[in-house]
Amino acid sequence: MKKATNILLAAAFSLGITAFAQQTPAPVQKEVITITGATAHTGDGNVIENSVIVFENGTITAMGGTEVATQGRVINAQGKHIYPGFIAPAKPLGLVEINAVRASDDQDELGSMIPQVRSLIAYNAESKVVESLRPNGVLLGQITPQGGRISGSSSIVQFDAWNWEDAAIKVDDGIHLNWPSSFRRGRWWEGEERGYKPNKEYNKQIDELKQFVVNSNVYQNDATETNEAMKAMKGLFDGSKKLYVHVNSEKEIIDAVTTAKENGIKEVVIVGGYEAYKIIPFLKQNNIPVLVQHTHNLPDRDDDNYDLPYKLPKLLVDGGLLVGLENSGTSNFQVRNLPFYAGQVAGQGMDKETALQLISGNTAKILGIDANYGTLAVGKSATLFISEGDALDMRTNQLTHAFIDGREISLETHQTELWKRYMEKYSRK
Amino acid sequence: MKKYLLLLFLCAATISVNAQDYFPKNDGVKESNSNFTAFTNATLFITPTQKINKGTLLIHEGKVIASGKSVTIPKNAVVIDLKEKYIYPSFIDPYTGFGIEKPKRPEGGRRSPQYEASREGFYWNDHIMPETNGIDTFKYDKKNAEELREAGFGVVNTHLMDGIARGTGVLVALNDDDGDAARIIEDASGQFFSFNKSVTSRQSYPTSLMGAMALLRQVYYDADWYEKGKVKTKDRSLEALIANRNKVSFFEAGNKTNNLRADKIGDQFNINYVIVGGGDEYEAIEQIKATQARYIIPLNFPEAYDVSDPYAAEYISLQEMRKWNQAPMNPKKLTENNIIFSLTTHELKKVSEFKDNLKKAFAYGFDKTKALEALTTVPAELLGKSDEIGSLQPGRYANFLITSGPIFEEDTTLYENWVQGNKNIINTKDQTDIRGNYTLTAAGKTYDFNVTGTPSKLVSNVAIGETEYPSKLEYSENWVTLSFSNEETKEVFRTTGIIPKQGGNFSGRLVAPDGSESSFNAVRKSDSKASSEENKKETDAPPKILPIMYPNVGYGAITKPKAQNILFKNATVWTSEDQGILTETDVLVKNGKITGIGKNLSAGGATVVDATGKHLTAGIIDEHSHIAALAINEAGHNSSAEVTIEDVIDPEDMNIYRNLAGGVTTIQILHGSANPIGGRSAIIKLKWGEDAEGLKFPDAPKFIKFALGENVKQSNWESYDRFPQTRMGVEQLYVNYFNRAKAYDEQKKNGQPFRYDEEMEVLVEILNGERFISCHSYVQSEINMLMKVAEKFGFRVNTFTHILEGYKVADKMKEHGVGGSTFSDWWAYKFEVNDAIPYNAAIMASQGVTVAINSDDGEMSRRLNQEAAKSVKYGGMTEEEAWKMVTINPAKLLHIDNRVGSIKEGKDADLVLWSDHPLSVYAKAEKTLIEGIPYFDKETDLQKRKAVKAERTQLINMMLAEKNGGGKTKPPTKKERRDLECETIN
Repeated sequence: MKKATNILLAAAFSLGITAFAQQTPAPVQKEVITITGATAHTGDGNVIENSVIVFENGTITAMGGTEVATQGRVINAQGKHIYPGFIAPAKPLGLVEINAVRASDDQDELGSMIPQVRSLIAYNAESKVVESLRPNGVLLGQITPQGGRISGSSSIVQFDAWNWEDAAIKVDDGIHLNWPSSFRRGRWWEGEERGYKPNKEYNKQIDELKQFVVNSNVYQNDATETNEAMKAMKGLFDGSKKLYVHVNSEKEIIDAVTTAKENGIKEVVIVGGYEAYKIIPFLKQNNIPVLVQHTHNLPDRDDDNYDLPYKLPKLLVDGGLLVGLENSGTSNFQVRNLPFYAGQVAGQGMDKETALQLISGNTAKILGIDANYGTLAVGKSATLFISEGDALDMRTNQLTHAFIDGREISLETHQTELWKRYMEKYSRK
Repeated sequence: MKKYLLLLFLCAATISVNAQDYFPKNDGVKESNSNFTAFTNATLFITPTQKINKGTLLIHEGKVIASGKSVTIPKNAVVIDLKEKYIYPSFIDPYTGFGIEKPKRPEGGRRSPQYEASREGFYWNDHIMPETNGIDTFKYDKKNAEELREAGFGVVNTHLMDGIARGTGVLVALNDDDGDAARIIEDASGQFFSFNKSVTSRQSYPTSLMGAMALLRQVYYDADWYEKGKVKTKDRSLEALIANRNKVSFFEAGNKTNNLRADKIGDQFNINYVIVGGGDEYEAIEQIKATQARYIIPLNFPEAYDVSDPYAAEYISLQEMRKWNQAPMNPKKLTENNIIFSLTTHELKKVSEFKDNLKKAFAYGFDKTKALEALTTVPAELLGKSDEIGSLQPGRYANFLITSGPIFEEDTTLYENWVQGNKNIINTKDQTDIRGNYTLTAAGKTYDFNVTGTPSKLVSNVAIGETEYPSKLEYSENWVTLSFSNEETKEVFRTTGIIPKQGGNFSGRLVAPDGSESSFNAVRKSDSKASSEENKKETDAPPKILPIMYPNVGYGAITKPKAQNILFKNATVWTSEDQGILTETDVLVKNGKITGIGKNLSAGGATVVDATGKHLTAGIIDEHSHIAALAINEAGHNSSAEVTIEDVIDPEDMNIYRNLAGGVTTIQILHGSANPIGGRSAIIKLKWGEDAEGLKFPDAPKFIKFALGENVKQSNWESYDRFPQTRMGVEQLYVNYFNRAKAYDEQKKNGQPFRYDEEMEVLVEILNGERFISCHSYVQSEINMLMKVAEKFGFRVNTFTHILEGYKVADKMKEHGVGGSTFSDWWAYKFEVNDAIPYNAAIMASQGVTVAINSDDGEMSRRLNQEAAKSVKYGGMTEEEAWKMVTINPAKLLHIDNRVGSIKEGKDADLVLWSDHPLSVYAKAEKTLIEGIPYFDKETDLQKRKAVKAERTQLINMMLAEKNGGGKTKPPTKKERRDLECETIN
């Protein structure tokens, strides 16, 4: 009986119609794998034509042209393309499953300054939404809490895991701050006029924040009572954690960077940065990287060029900044379009390999996981995928294989299962 | 003489203002003053155009008895000599809330929406209150009356400014001295309307502008029906509306396009609304003129923005900045176009701003005689009261102004404002003019002392050589009080003296800083006119007015773009027809049509565009858009078939231009998904620069939005009172409405009298196959249900939009004959999209369903080419078929495939030239043509960017100058971007 069930199950799996179960995490890499013949886009701006990539125990052990010897299982990827797994920063992935269903929403805790709140422990490693990102090449993400002034601490995970501990690749990597806005929306529902107007509370809001930062800093020296919020800020002062400041306007960016630096915060990253292009020298001088808002956005202002969101990353890269792409403004399911956000920049005249860096090598550097992830290099994690064509173009992004730490992950999803199930239904006619 | 006597007799006999003869009097004896008052030797304006030099105005008991050159003055007349002074009829404001307090929004937290009316015995909608009579709550407001009189007004029209139908108003003279019995000229002066709901009721309907329009239309239909005696119950609202039908109807529209909306309703029901505009009529002057309506126009010119903080200045759009520069030209533009209009103080924060803004309008070229007409004869005419007010012809009320000179001149002083024969002093006219230059001798020193300004606002200046002594001058009842101080020693000198009647030198008491008293002496040297002329020169320099654009926002054009004959040479042509994709092919565009497709076509005079290496496609068609509309959902009822998006098209939405830059040429603006039966659609072409009418797709097929699922059952917000709350209820709602529509149609067809019901009319069109349904849908059960309901009633659902589980019932859809218009890859945002898959389009297409990819989103719509490409990725559709999903397939679904959607000879030249393969993320639209007119062009766009930047800089500099020159400014603001989508409730 047991055997019969197993056979049935196996049959069902092979048909791919056992819908409604998440894909099972792949086992650890047991044999050496070599991928040959593909164009390797290494994520640091370089390309290797007709490449050979060897990885063992989850790590790339050899890489280069045809001079590199193949080992173990060989995957012939002639005419195909290899990329490092793409990285989605600043998203509440796995913290909310269905936006409109409150019970499935764990992304925004009550409270204004709550850096001690940790996203990792609420991360749903079995999210169907996260699963749906993988077939497009998005394999890593920074799980980020939302809302409030200081939303909490993010962690970085890989997308093929049994649970959050399995998934974590960098725990509590950064603290996320929503910078106040010098303009605020008229509360028309309270009888104010619609539209934006100067925020009279702006300076006060900055001051509240400063007070918290200053107190947190002092707290690290000596504290008589435990304060978890201030305790959580520690890494910002010793440089072990980064401060991700979600901010868009010119004045606000300047205020944010100045305030952070003046108060002993070592590592600052701008997230959003809609107007960062106007103050490139300032950001460069302060050595501030930007996770710039994704390209499939409307311009903020009527008079902005229609293609400003498309070319924004290019303007920053051309100015010499370290730039990655984020899409915190959209729903989680949109993260699967991350490659195309980068492709859009290439459409604006950016070199395609540079565009690729926006979602791979650069992002890894900004998140501080570049020792292992973000680029293809010997000694780094074999977190990569093979696509039939250019992965930055929706026309040709078609994955055949994907690996996380050398483990070959499934490219099936709830959605591919439904697809197959209904094509099967119609084929019966 | 005889005539005058006759008049006199009539006046005395019939209209005696104060003659409440039958009222008892206990605080004295009953006696009356029947003397006349004659104003002689004045420059007398009987009307704005009838000017009498050395004229006489004779008044008696509040009315004009005679006015003109040779008036016989009765012996019992008090004669007032107005030599060198002017008399004008006083002003009339036809649109105010004078003395009628506006209700306040009741306090209270958010509650579930209220769908039913709060009242009984009235119309079913609380916002329709034609039974309101302004007079019932009118309370004469002395303070406001004084402000208005100071601005020159003598009569105002007022009403309760609340609600859509607001009832009748009151015409009142600003007469402080007599009671309401005298000052109320008319106690039911017209009916008043607006598009704004009453603040007193929470009744939800209408939630939108288009709903307000539909509601008003239905009110008029229902009034007809009621008048015919067809309603068995009592409706005091409709009775009042009917009873007041013969009165003037005033409509507060409030802006240029709402003016047109009000006029359209008026045209439909033969009502000539007097339309209260918004001050932006200059932007659409042709359309405003075409209404042939009469207007009441506010002088609400925007203040300049304070742009001194460059960061903050960035928030202000060019459109808003331009308004500041252009709006003062409004009265002039209206005059030039022979539009009849009156002015109003409505929309001004303070009545005193009226004068300043009028001055601004003059600087922009507004004719002063026209201004006077707009304040006197025109409002009198609009109110139907020309025989009582607005001029100084015999028989009119004695409402007039006495001024020192021509009324709108800078240095003219308003002395008196007489209302109904009662004198109100604004500035004493009997005081000697002391403006001039003097030598002041005081406490052993000799100062230069100058007096300038206006008689009501004198400005003093005290100096010795270059050293100025800050001073303060007061002058009243012929006494001058002047104080001045030495800035170094902080010593203050005070003087006071009386001015001799003939003017000239004067002297008086001086109090020195140490308290010692002596005398001072001021010797008049000269008049101060020289300096005032100098001022004049400065202010007379005409302001620089920036051109109005089509549309009048950023990226508009000074002249509308014109159709071009173009030959695209050597392109890869995606025909979206059976010919497929043709390489190295030419396409010829002539007179707005595609006239040739082939190799080596001859240009024949057409402009040749080298398209080598580029791709030419038909313009993208978006079956489901919500851009270019001022409202999307009428959420007040579960069925809103009576509303139409065509009523609220917004041709100034920047998303039109952005969509063009993404190759989109035609869209269907759908109503939102708040209700099972939504509103009617608008199908438009994105002709950037045209007005709402110009955007409409000519003879567009008729569509309506339906919706199923979570939105219509209000699952995702606090609302538990509205039917339906379940999918089960949704079916029953449809069945009920279509049963009723059938019965309505039968009644109509049988020739029985019927109550015209706009909602039912639309549903009947659906039953008769004359209107197509595009239905918002997600899960398979509901999709199946609607097809079955339609089949039961003998019609076909045309399109399922969103249709995210269409792949589960594609075979049934094919059988029913319905198309699918879907998103490429959206899901997971709510429970009902849990099974939405990006393979949906490919699966439906594989079963023979006509499939389109739509946006429902102003951002995605400008990349629909990429969204189509996703069906190649998800589900392996061919590129050619994928491309059809954004061109010919949506055209088919919209029944416009005979005109647009493919590259075919004879079709509209709606074309896009792409830099690259159109399904690629790397492709950019370089040219987007609609009917041969280049509405987007990469090169032109670059010029427009520069122009936007340059104009912003120019305006910012002008505003800085305004601020530095002491002009008023306001803090920067930014319009809220309202990205409307299905679920937007407004």
